[in-house]
Amino acid sequence: MTEQLLFWVFAILSCGGALAVVVTQNVVRMAFWLVVSLGAVAALFFLLHADFLGAAQLLIYVGGTVVLLVFGVMLTASGHTIKVQTTPAETLLGCGVGLLLLCVLVFGIKSVEWAKEIPGVGDSAAAADQAEDAKLASDVASAKTDESRQAAINARDAAVARRQSGRTLRQLGLSFFGLRPDRNLNQEQGKPLAPGYLLPFEIISIHLLVVLVGAAYLARAKCRATSGLEADL
Amino acid sequence: MSGPLAVLTLENYIASVLKSCADSETVATVAFVLAALTHAALLLGLFGGLPVFYIWLERKVAGRIQDRLGPTRVGGKFGWLQTIADGIKLIQKEDLVPKDADSVVFRMSPYLAGVASFAAFMVLPVADSWVGVAAECGAFLILALMSLEVLGIILAGYSSGSKWALFGAMREAAQMVSYEIPMAICALIPLLIAGSLNLQVVGRMQAGGFWNWFIFHDPFSFLAFFCYFTVATASVKRAPFDLAEAESELVAGFHTEYSGFRWSIFFLAEYASMFAVSGIAVLLFLGGWETGAVVPESIFGAFRGWGANVPVPGFEIGTYIANVFAAHVFVVKASLLVTLQIWVRWTLPRLRIDQVMTTCLKYLVPISCFLFLGAVLWPLILASTNSRPVVFGPALKSVVSSGSSSAPSVARADSEVAR
Repeated sequence: MTEQLLFWVFAILSCGGALAVVVTQNVVRMAFWLVVSLGAVAALFFLLHADFLGAAQLLIYVGGTVVLLVFGVMLTASGHTIKVQTTPAETLLGCGVGLLLLCVLVFGIKSVEWAKEIPGVGDSAAAADQAEDAKLASDVASAKTDESRQAAINARDAAVARRQSGRTLRQLGLSFFGLRPDRNLNQEQGKPLAPGYLLPFEIISIHLLVVLVGAAYLARAKCRATSGLEADL
Repeated sequence: MSGPLAVLTLENYIASVLKSCADSETVATVAFVLAALTHAALLLGLFGGLPVFYIWLERKVAGRIQDRLGPTRVGGKFGWLQTIADGIKLIQKEDLVPKDADSVVFRMSPYLAGVASFAAFMVLPVADSWVGVAAECGAFLILALMSLEVLGIILAGYSSGSKWALFGAMREAAQMVSYEIPMAICALIPLLIAGSLNLQVVGRMQAGGFWNWFIFHDPFSFLAFFCYFTVATASVKRAPFDLAEAESELVAGFHTEYSGFRWSIFFLAEYASMFAVSGIAVLLFLGGWETGAVVPESIFGAFRGWGANVPVPGFEIGTYIANVFAAHVFVVKASLLVTLQIWVRWTLPRLRIDQVMTTCLKYLVPISCFLFLGAVLWPLILASTNSRPVVFGPALKSVVSSGSSSAPSVARADSEVAR
């Protein structure tokens, strides 16, 4: 129940923050509302026990992108550029594009049968979880001796921890090295091995290097080759 | 509700509570909620209380370094209530918003900085399995949370509508964005040694004598500690890197326009962050909550696991006593590092902004990269360090010896990787 309540709080915060970004006309206030919205999305990730994803969201979007955005605004915006004023046509166009994107997302999510694709998602999985909870709780209640009671409590906690754990970090790290022990261990012979993400990871790394070199080139001290006369001046 | 009726209903309520207490499951739930609330309040108290102590310490140490006495009047001989008196004074001040300021952002940004600073406390383990949020990626999370504080400061400086505040915020933004890089790289070195992002695992791996601390793990991690501490001092904008609030140039930097309670929130956040970065340094390099001496560890280690079994790890009576001691060790260690930061502040002159950027981008980033590379290659040189198995060591030895004994050790290395 607490999780439901927290979900609604953060869901409202993220949607409300996103709306406020669109409605506000001041660039810096937009950045502030963006922080609220992105932070609430990170909180939703934490609620789902996806700790790494939540931390990455905080580091990259809230701590990185928004800081750079505000930094950029501070350096460039002044007077009339700080206010974003849209004509009615632009508002209409923006609304249309936004609605289309929303439709794509909603229908895309609807068209996937999540319960079939991913085990542990959907109503039947939730019902199975509830049944398991009830069984483990009755085990705890019906245990006679202290030892059996302790064992039942441990089993219950282990089940809860297994379902809630966000312990995907090692698997995540290994899959970036191209190892997929979660998929490839205990598989029958002859089945093709699941690939890791080594190649995409390396491609992204090279991209980042290119970006860094490019930024260093653009930001270099632009000193022209000076002739003797100019040097004297 | 009038008097007798209220008493009656209260009595009924207490009676019903007592009746329901006969059910042991309810007692356990109530006790659990009470314990959770108490420890949450303790964490909040740590966040609020430590800065009060550090501000007093700062004044006292500054006074002694400058051959003065520091505060002596409020609260007896040592003036140890000075910060409380300051706090009361600050709350009484008028809460002023300048005419040119963007009032919403101006009012909100101190809280943004304060919340980011407190959020770091939630993932900082103070003792074995004593942590607000036991995240598997705790170290990554805490670095992410620490990087949020700058946002409050930038927004504060920008929304003030003042030149000095804007200059301070711009310097702060440039400094923080640059110093995050060497900080992360230096923090990566002990995490690499531990093979885990979980701060509790990192702390547990340094159990035993002080020679097990990661600062003594290899020469690169030894240097990395000093590199990290320099960068951490800069990242909480302490002198000699406090360009964002350089009084001689910028009036008071980003908080020029702030007064009263909102101003004090910034200072609360700054001193709490000093503890947070020192706590990270203690956890990553200096053995966390371990004393590092064998005798007290064996005494308090004997307490662990003694007493009734409770469902929450770390809360058996014996473990609780050991953990209270461990939490004190942790806080004292981190406070020593904070004292070092205060000492540095009142000893070294302030750098210029270009010197700050040069120090980071031309010296600290290459140095930390070199240290990281060295720490990565170090296990290849030693087959094992401090009797801790390393991933590549056994495999390398088996390749060199190339005998029949190679197969099991390679398998062991594989299992290390898989684990």
